[in-house]
Amino acid sequence: MKTVSISEDLLSKAAGALDLRDEGQVSQFISTAVEEKLASSSGKKVKDKVTIIVFSGDLDRVQAAFNIATGAASMGMDVTMFFTFWGFDVIKRNDAKGRGKGILRNAFSVIKPGGSKRLPLSRFNMLGFGSWAMKKLMGEFKMPTTDQMISMAKEMGVKIIACTITMGVMGVTKEDLVQGIDSYAGVFSYLNEAKESKINLFI
Amino acid sequence: MKSDATLDVTGLLCPMPIVHTAKKIKELKVGQVLEVVATDEGIKEDMPAWCKNIGHEYLGVEENDSKYRTFVKRLV
Repeated sequence: MKTVSISEDLLSKAAGALDLRDEGQVSQFISTAVEEKLASSSGKKVKDKVTIIVFSGDLDRVQAAFNIATGAASMGMDVTMFFTFWGFDVIKRNDAKGRGKGILRNAFSVIKPGGSKRLPLSRFNMLGFGSWAMKKLMGEFKMPTTDQMISMAKEMGVKIIACTITMGVMGVTKEDLVQGIDSYAGVFSYLNEAKESKINLFI
Repeated sequence: MKSDATLDVTGLLCPMPIVHTAKKIKELKVGQVLEVVATDEGIKEDMPAWCKNIGHEYLGVEENDSKYRTFVKRLV
């Protein structure tokens, strides 16, 4: 057993605020605090968390989102991607068919069927020319396609979450989505994850 | 600098060189050195940053004919 010194001033403050009335209680308090600190800092390294809300369905924005996600995952971070709104265009199957869910939803499905192969460029899309040109340029650097990025991300443990609000509004069902969606969640799951994350992005 | 294995990521752009490095280094034993050959100049900054975050040792970089060879020792 070792003797530890503590100032009178600190001791009297502790007596009041922490209800430590005698030496025995103070010693116990200090021992417990040290043990707890040791337990939390030893063993597994706690991973930093990252969340990315993918709201856009544009090729360039989505590529950026996956670059960050895979980069963070390769750095040992815990990454979660929430796909919402136009982000659904990324996770919808290329062969998804719109079902009879009302005229408006059907109209959306026809105008914008979605699918990772059909993502437009956010600017200068020029009826698809921009997107085609960008894919060609990226190909020169052997940049992975959107589909390959999705596989790579999943392989690295990135979680893919689909927003249930968008699914309801746009009439998207689970069968319309690609394989490998980790879960279906809403805003509260996102916020829960985001509040513990060091990096939160809205793309 | 000597290495136990080489990874060729020439022609690839960020973050792919490091994404591939993260995967390849798991094939080495702890203590072994991986040489990563890239043409992306960003790797000079990215590799030490990645090593610091993931816990491997960054041994340095050799530059010759527009190729950057970085050396990483697996520690974890």
